[in-house]
Amino acid sequence: MTHDDGPAEPLLVVDDLRVVFDTDRGPAVTVDGLSFEVRQGETLGIVGESGSGKSMTSLAILGLLPPTARVSGSIRFRGRELLPLSDREMRELRGNEISLVFQDALAALNPVMTVGDQLAEAVSVHHPKTSRDELHRRSIELLELVGIPSAETRIRQYPHEFSGGMRQRVDIAMAVANDPALLIADEPTTALDVTVQAQILDVLRTVQDRTGTTVMLVTHDLGVVAGTADRVLVMYAGNKVEEGPVEQTFYETAHPYTRGLLASLPRMDRRDRGERLFQIAGQPPAATALPSGCRFAPRCPSFAADPCAQSVPSPQTVGTDHVAACHRVANLREESA
Amino acid sequence: MTATGTRSDALVIDRLVTEYPIRGGLFSRRIGTVQAVSGVSLRIPAGQTFGLVGETGCGKSTLGRTVVRLVDAQSGSVRLGDAEISSLGKSAFRSVRRRIQLVFQDPYASLNPRLSVGAILAEPLIVHGLHTGRRQERVRELLELVGLDPAHASRFPLEFSGGQRQRIGIARALAVEPEVLVLDEPVSALDVSVQAGILNLLDDLQREFGLTYLFIAHDLSVVRHLSHEVGVMYLGTIVEQGPVDEVYENPLHPYTRALLSAVPIADPRIERGRERIVLRGDVPSPANPPSGCRFRTRCWKATDLCAAETPQPRLLDNRLVACHHTD
Repeated sequence: MTHDDGPAEPLLVVDDLRVVFDTDRGPAVTVDGLSFEVRQGETLGIVGESGSGKSMTSLAILGLLPPTARVSGSIRFRGRELLPLSDREMRELRGNEISLVFQDALAALNPVMTVGDQLAEAVSVHHPKTSRDELHRRSIELLELVGIPSAETRIRQYPHEFSGGMRQRVDIAMAVANDPALLIADEPTTALDVTVQAQILDVLRTVQDRTGTTVMLVTHDLGVVAGTADRVLVMYAGNKVEEGPVEQTFYETAHPYTRGLLASLPRMDRRDRGERLFQIAGQPPAATALPSGCRFAPRCPSFAADPCAQSVPSPQTVGTDHVAACHRVANLREESA
Repeated sequence: MTATGTRSDALVIDRLVTEYPIRGGLFSRRIGTVQAVSGVSLRIPAGQTFGLVGETGCGKSTLGRTVVRLVDAQSGSVRLGDAEISSLGKSAFRSVRRRIQLVFQDPYASLNPRLSVGAILAEPLIVHGLHTGRRQERVRELLELVGLDPAHASRFPLEFSGGQRQRIGIARALAVEPEVLVLDEPVSALDVSVQAGILNLLDDLQREFGLTYLFIAHDLSVVRHLSHEVGVMYLGTIVEQGPVDEVYENPLHPYTRALLSAVPIADPRIERGRERIVLRGDVPSPANPPSGCRFRTRCWKATDLCAAETPQPRLLDNRLVACHHTD
């Protein structure tokens, strides 16, 4: 769904982003030298396990990191640098041009306000001149957009009267209330059962089709990414290890970590009972004790002391629009060819 | 269905019913009942894995807890090998409790943070009077068995990662040499790269000791990987059960079909080419389940018959299906 009007500037450009927290055990580096872009109209899937830095990245873009975080690098949204913006300027942007869908829909909604009032507020806070009638009409329209039946009655209800899946729909409705250019969905279906997850992914797809919003989907679930993303970015220990179009990333997987992740997943569509799953040795490093050199080196089956333990690999091109940050990527290609 | 079972069955569950009281009012009086498990029957041959899947609130965890008697059954029976355990008194049950053990979901909450791992593993040995005189040796054996360093027995749970803690949880369950393990979501709190190690370990342990597993999980991919047979639960009942490949490759119950079609597969071409059955609505409250077939309020095949009569499990294509409209 990219626009054809030439090589426009990407919607969002993240360059050399670094997020560090000071802890008792020294600095915790949660995101380190991360660069990527989100292109107009696409769905970018950001995948990684706990502690990979994927959520810190979305919080940094939204300006929602706690004040104790030390953030450096650059985040440009529509050509505008976000990091130097004041809290007030970020508040104007958030919920308007960039919005967020969280994992926990209940926490994102106000328990003592009706759903209709919250939707109206989401609009009026950024468009204070909107009339009451218009706000009412818009609230109903938004609930219908996310597939909530009998929207006229539902807007008078409170969040606790909605099921988990319905609340997540309300959350999406709030997020798209002002036609944001960028929707960041951080684990939007993680707390939900699979049949409800299928409904919510459907809603996200419908919303994107109708509004043309660009989506950055942050998730640990490779299956969700396989079904929804145009491009994929794989994170490990605060670094980008691989980025590419979804098919290349899944079928011509270049980085040993991405390969390991895919091989360690049991598959519902295969008779693999009794077969051993691939195991990635060890565990991810603590953010306070990152290895020098490649962050994945201590667990990597293709490890070579030189250069893997010496220097952090920078992303190199392995295919069209496809990069991997691995010193040994050329050797790996030969081995599997 | 009545599960009669054969001599080689390690666990036989017959028409099991578990209820919880609903309390309310000024003095928390009992004002109603939720039937979390409504007449479930299944049997697991020794050395095999029965995977129990279903979504939040379907009763699968309650079933597991009833089987190990953390919760009392209202009616029905649970037979462990030749012992009828659901009718045993508390003291009589103690003598067979060793033979069936539960592994919990949350390795962060289920280990006492004040005890060393050695003490955690020695505790069940003391309780059951096992390995007197060589308990430290047994603790080291257990750690080795689950792939941990025996030298770490003096460490505390906090010093271990989630995956390592789950290994400790498994070692604790194995300490008393049980025949059956009830595994309640043992990998759902873990990252995928860690999950694979635990699944491989469970597979190895089953082969080595001939263990029987009741594997309770919401992740259908994990269940397929580990199970010989699978049962799909919806609102307290098993709607379909049979050999894992048959059920996954040709699901017959509408709920099983919808559930399987909703599971994302980590393969873009397959994932985008699949037919997805998106169910309408939400699961009804177990306190007030629909009459007849409990799935009928969300089922696209439902007719008047479904509201009038509860479908009984029928044997079709090598599996049991409880649906009026499956042929």
